[in-house]
Amino acid sequence: MPEVLSAPLVVEFPFTRSLGPVQSAFLTGLRERTVLGVRTVDGRTLVPPVEYDPATAEELRDLVEVAATGTVTTWAWNPSPRRGQPLERPFAWVLVRLDGADTALLHALDAPGPDAVRTGMRVRVRWAPERVGAITDIACFEPYESEEAGQPAPHTGEFTDPVTGIVAPARLDYTYSPGRAQAGYIEALADRRTVGERCPACRKVYVPPRGACPTCGVATDERVEVGPAGTVTTYCIVNIKAKNLDIEVPYVYAHIALDGADLALHGRIGGIPYDQVRMGLRVEPVWSEGGRHPDHYRPTGEPDADYDTYKELI
Amino acid sequence: MGPARDVAVVAFAQSDHRRRTDELSEVEMLMPVLHEVLDRTGLKTSDIGFTCSGSSDYLAGRAFSFTMALDGVGAWPPIAESHVEMDGAWALYEAWVKILTGEADTALVYSYGKSSPGEVRDVLTRQLDPYYLAPLWPDSVALAALQAQALIDAGDTDEPALAAIAARSRDSAAANPHAQVRGSRPQGDYLVRPLRTGDCPPVGDGAAAVILAAGDAARGLCERPAWIRGMDHRIEAHGLGVRDLTDSPSARLAAERAGAFELPHGLKGTGGAPTVDTAELHAPFSSQEVVLRKALRLDGTVRVNPSGGALAANPVMAAGLIRIGEAAAAIHRGESDRALAHATSGPCLQQNLVAVLEGEPS
Repeated sequence: MPEVLSAPLVVEFPFTRSLGPVQSAFLTGLRERTVLGVRTVDGRTLVPPVEYDPATAEELRDLVEVAATGTVTTWAWNPSPRRGQPLERPFAWVLVRLDGADTALLHALDAPGPDAVRTGMRVRVRWAPERVGAITDIACFEPYESEEAGQPAPHTGEFTDPVTGIVAPARLDYTYSPGRAQAGYIEALADRRTVGERCPACRKVYVPPRGACPTCGVATDERVEVGPAGTVTTYCIVNIKAKNLDIEVPYVYAHIALDGADLALHGRIGGIPYDQVRMGLRVEPVWSEGGRHPDHYRPTGEPDADYDTYKELI
Repeated sequence: MGPARDVAVVAFAQSDHRRRTDELSEVEMLMPVLHEVLDRTGLKTSDIGFTCSGSSDYLAGRAFSFTMALDGVGAWPPIAESHVEMDGAWALYEAWVKILTGEADTALVYSYGKSSPGEVRDVLTRQLDPYYLAPLWPDSVALAALQAQALIDAGDTDEPALAAIAARSRDSAAANPHAQVRGSRPQGDYLVRPLRTGDCPPVGDGAAAVILAAGDAARGLCERPAWIRGMDHRIEAHGLGVRDLTDSPSARLAAERAGAFELPHGLKGTGGAPTVDTAELHAPFSSQEVVLRKALRLDGTVRVNPSGGALAANPVMAAGLIRIGEAAAAIHRGESDRALAHATSGPCLQQNLVAVLEGEPS
């Protein structure tokens, strides 16, 4: 078996999210070192607050201010913090019921070790030095012996310059491996060859191969070299320039049935004015220096292919 | 009201679950499992009335990976197909409903997960509430550890009891050739205290497939079909601090609605027969088995996870479907007369599905 191909793959996305009235008040409150909860119809105070009662689905808008001190309801010692977590040194994950609240908030507790943490211990919020209106405005909790504070106080939830949205960046790192069939395709491209795979049942040759015949549902395992020349089966003219794409518009994007293939792949047509590209045009790949796949396809100069030779592949 | 039609699991197949399958694409990993489950019934793709799958693009970082996986089914000429971005147990629920309503007589259900390309602990943080939880990146082990500590504080378990659950699961898995982690092994160090390595599921790649059929069709395809007597799924509030982490009211309610607490169906419904003899629980963490045993009222007479359960193999998105498949296979083999199968999703058992399966008296 050839060496397994792999490459780093990073998926990164900054989701921009709107906040409703309750979440906006809560996160703006954190920016102002004020912790807000929301009162349910049956008189419970939910912290962090939500807009609809988790039990009855009733709309909740009755905001109250609770204390920045609270009690740990459960905890877990994290000896090896992972990327993005609140503290870089070992810490405890905690659920904290803030004084005046009936539910608990998840966050980190900065403590010297697991022996310094227990359920029922008293803690307080440690505020981040710079706050923007996000859950991370609470840097973490820290141990703090104190009497439990009293009842929550009514709060309008109104602040100047309220936060109405958050950007939630996310990044996940992967090591991508293409699998057997696609690895064979990529390895052949390194030699400027194009290979497909033949279905053992229907005998069709798929390019690029994905390892399975979608008609027969069986593995395609007989490797077949196709091309290099092929026939344009259909095409379109692209008139809008894509971001970061160094190709002048208009250009032609086509389906190309390489000789010996039973499926058309797609590629750009060059070396001919865009308005002279046509179905049946015979083309061949053009490789750029160091390219990992054909840069584009250009006319071979042969006569056009007869429609009947490629009509099944459109 | 009982189901309008009798529907059964008639075949089950799964891959060998492994830490990595770098040499295989998702469809290449899945295809042998699809062929095996079809071979067990003699059915061809064109005989299947409905196809439904479960998977998640986030695991391998591949967009629309389920469409690629469809090549392994043979989706031309066109088939009736659906997909859930969830564990395959929920795909099976959709297929069951499709058959109950008479829209199909047979269904192929499959699911797969390749966790090896990414860091599954980080990946699963992306299913959390994006305002209050996800920005803190609390990983799946950390959240399970909070639940475990709550159980210890409540006196429901302790670390030796959790270790015993882990050991029993992997001992059971010694007889399961598909399992990833088999036989006794040390509990290891704390991953997130109070959970040690042994309390946590292995990370791995795998796939599973099940065929459902109605009525006489099921009898023709399988010597002893595993009839689905009931199935239900429930969810709890997403706020972890709103929930009592030592209990699982959603699992209990799903079990109740699935008929798990009722006496067997025309089998040995008198004389104090146990309501179920076997339970396949999707408890990726040892501590979650403690919660589920209590919620599902499983006593010492019930065989729990004879397959080894998710502590022995936890291909994410397939592990729940495998619980239904293992429970059904025990009935097919005559080792169980009435089995409970459970699947979960989300942090700390947030979502729970329960199916009750029965074999006819032989």
